[in-house]
Amino acid sequence: MATRWLMATPSSSPFNASVTFMDKKDSLTVPGRYNEIRHICDFVAEGAAQAGFDEDAIFQVQLACDEACTNIIEHTYEAENAGKIQISWEIGRRTFTIIIEDSGKRFDPGEIPPAPVPPTAVRVGQEEDYDVKVGGLGVYFMRKLMDKVTFHYNEGSGNVLTMEKRLPEK
Amino acid sequence: MEVSWSREGQVTVIAVEGSIDALTADDFLRSMQAQLAAGDAQLVADLSRVDYASSAGLSAILVVLKESRQEGGDLRLAAVQRGVYRVLSLSGLDSILKIYGDVEAAVASFDEMG
Repeated sequence: MATRWLMATPSSSPFNASVTFMDKKDSLTVPGRYNEIRHICDFVAEGAAQAGFDEDAIFQVQLACDEACTNIIEHTYEAENAGKIQISWEIGRRTFTIIIEDSGKRFDPGEIPPAPVPPTAVRVGQEEDYDVKVGGLGVYFMRKLMDKVTFHYNEGSGNVLTMEKRLPEK
Repeated sequence: MEVSWSREGQVTVIAVEGSIDALTADDFLRSMQAQLAAGDAQLVADLSRVDYASSAGLSAILVVLKESRQEGGDLRLAAVQRGVYRVLSLSGLDSILKIYGDVEAAVASFDEMG
């Protein structure tokens, strides 16, 4: 998909010799299906690359988006093909911002038990058992990989997830 | 995701190709559980051709790890690529899984340590 440069916002006077700052942003809407997640990750990676992130940081952004979209399908739509996922990215002055919206039921990250990291081995009788409730791992990843993660719910329209990552130092 | 099996003595080697994520985690889990159901609990996952895993994939790996150890065996990983290792490390799973540089070393580890 061709990237669209939708907005050009000079941040300084045209008479000022300083570098002119311009926002770049793009958006994408896909059906809420697992086989669309790679498409979403590639779309966001394109923006992250334009933002100047290195390969490690692009991977982090992609994984955070994967986890976010997986959560949407599993926890807000509770099934595939139950609604759309709209994702947009924007390169700001200091941050790369990703906004992911869905129209499913309210997502409250507090309702998902936090994942034990690392998973804790516990004894159950004579058997060695492991805590396999890793449902909270996705949210843990998102918070670990991005600098700021905000969940918001709009009555009537749905969930809005905002994730920010500071731009690399130049 | 493609999965194939081979036998090295008492050890079953499962070679996986592709990604282990929300789209494929169920297939991965079913493939591994089929081996456990057949009585093969000493498992090596050859991840040399897996470029990516998400938390959904890690969840499946953890389930197989738990079930194999309950059957007296283990799940050991071989040839973990950077993209997967980063996610294992992030989750802390690298501290409870046995990870080897290649399939040969992973298979041999069952003889060395039981």
